[in-house]
Amino acid sequence: MTTTSTMTATTHNPRRVDPSAAVARTTSRSSVQETWIQILAMARRALKKMRRKPEQFFDVLIQPLLFTAMFAFIFGGAISGSVSDYLPVLIPGILAQTALTVCMATGVQLREDMDKGVFDRFKSLPIARIAPLAGPMIADLIRYGIASVLTLASGLAIGYRPGGGVLGCVGGVALTVISGWSLAWIFTWLGTMARSAQSVQGISMMIMFPLTFLSNAFVPAETLPGWLQAFVKVNPVSHVVSAVRDLFNDGAVTAEVGWAVIGCVAVVAIFAPLAVRSYSRKM
Amino acid sequence: MADLSAVRAESLVKNFGDFRAVDEIDLHVRQGEIFGVLGPNGAGKTTTLRMLATLLPIDGGHAEIFGVDVRREPHRIRQLVGVTGQYASVDEDLTARENLWLFARLQGLPGTRAKAIAGELLERFGLQEAADRPLSQFSGGMRRRLDLASSLITRPPLIFLDEPTTGLDPRTRGQMWDTIRELVTDGSTILLTTQYLDEADQLADRVAVIDRGRKVAEDTPDALKTQVGDSTLQLSLADGSDIALAANVVRRLLGEEPVLTPESGRMNIPLPDPNRAADVLIGLREAGLGISSVSVAKPTLDEVFLALTGHGADDEPQMEAAR
Repeated sequence: MTTTSTMTATTHNPRRVDPSAAVARTTSRSSVQETWIQILAMARRALKKMRRKPEQFFDVLIQPLLFTAMFAFIFGGAISGSVSDYLPVLIPGILAQTALTVCMATGVQLREDMDKGVFDRFKSLPIARIAPLAGPMIADLIRYGIASVLTLASGLAIGYRPGGGVLGCVGGVALTVISGWSLAWIFTWLGTMARSAQSVQGISMMIMFPLTFLSNAFVPAETLPGWLQAFVKVNPVSHVVSAVRDLFNDGAVTAEVGWAVIGCVAVVAIFAPLAVRSYSRKM
Repeated sequence: MADLSAVRAESLVKNFGDFRAVDEIDLHVRQGEIFGVLGPNGAGKTTTLRMLATLLPIDGGHAEIFGVDVRREPHRIRQLVGVTGQYASVDEDLTARENLWLFARLQGLPGTRAKAIAGELLERFGLQEAADRPLSQFSGGMRRRLDLASSLITRPPLIFLDEPTTGLDPRTRGQMWDTIRELVTDGSTILLTTQYLDEADQLADRVAVIDRGRKVAEDTPDALKTQVGDSTLQLSLADGSDIALAANVVRRLLGEEPVLTPESGRMNIPLPDPNRAADVLIGLREAGLGISSVSVAKPTLDEVFLALTGHGADDEPQMEAAR
């Protein structure tokens, strides 16, 4: 940015501030490159906060371990006849559920963050309005990564042997991370709209439960009544789960992967602008 | 630039529902001056400042900063204005150094430059020892200093200070005043809000007095004080002294009419020139009248308000400018 040139005048050697030069240097919006630098700076802030408050990793550490074991042993026999037969169905489902939990935390934390005084400064700075929203979401990629790998690892520990091999698993985890990041824009939007962190939490729960349980994450869709199947089929979570299953179990990049990616792009295309708009309005 | 105004605001309006927080306020701040906006809580000072800083949408009127339209070009305005809020807007979870680094990076300084400027500002504001401690251990004064330092990273030509010394102890307050004066010698223009007449008096070249969203006066601090009246000499006579006799001494010496409270032996004497307080005291001693206490009071904001609006500064609680 051009303002760097003024900075060569240090406070020890005060050069007089020249308003007309300052006006001449201003730009009407942040360039793409500037925006990217701002997003990275905000991401680094989020990472520092994560390091200082490791307790917020609780959800991504505990949930994969607990839910994988619990669901496998409780539902395995009933749904697929045995635990080992259920694991190929279950692990991608748990992955999606865990990713959505992380998404929810993104919205809640953003709301909490926005209530702090520092957001006043962010708003008063000449930065792209998307930077304070997108920055933490970049840092959250780490959380999605940890959660996905842990889920897969706990699956492997209780006997899951993915047919897709290493490449399939890497692909599945990558798709989960991308999907989680995309869906997080919905919750970020909620975070900018809601009045308090609690209300974000409440609304997010009401969105998250239908999205995960009214999908093929834990049960085969064919066992559901017809009207429910109709919803399950359009639920983007179903497509992500199916795509991850194809990658994990067969190492195959199927049409489901395509649908999942298209769904993710659509979600970002709709909710990222909505979030930025509602954040800018909240001034 | 043809227009030498740092801020030119005309008929600014802000409504919160039915409540008109800012009611057609005009402000003209010249380049290089300290302009004070004086008023009680809820008068609309902060709201006005936030509108000019693009933190609140402007509901009516027109505002320009160095000739740039605030409503149309918010991104440009944000490059010209450094804002230091009433509540320190720094990140509580980061250290002072990390805060400055973050704000510098956000404003496009390269990494090494950001680090250097953070170090310079920490030194200038006496924060280097606490630089790497979490902000939760910072005192109110240290937070304010960090907040102000954060506003100065790119050396903006215009600096908004929203009640910069509210809640600070007198010593820290004096330091803050010195810092503010330094900024002006660097060529910056300062728009500050305050509830304290003496702060406006100490710092501001010109003052606008705001009450219930309206500007009720604008002048130099001296002119405002003259408009309001003079200092007051407050005397309590020793027991048994003749208050009527004392009043005669005052009339003879100053030609002013004292306000008497005979039951408690107290007199309030208008004092156009504080130096003449000594004349009164000597006169009373020569007349054989004892004094139990004496003080000189400067006009307070309350008196300014009373004089300008006909009501006191605190006689009506209003909602503080919505944030």
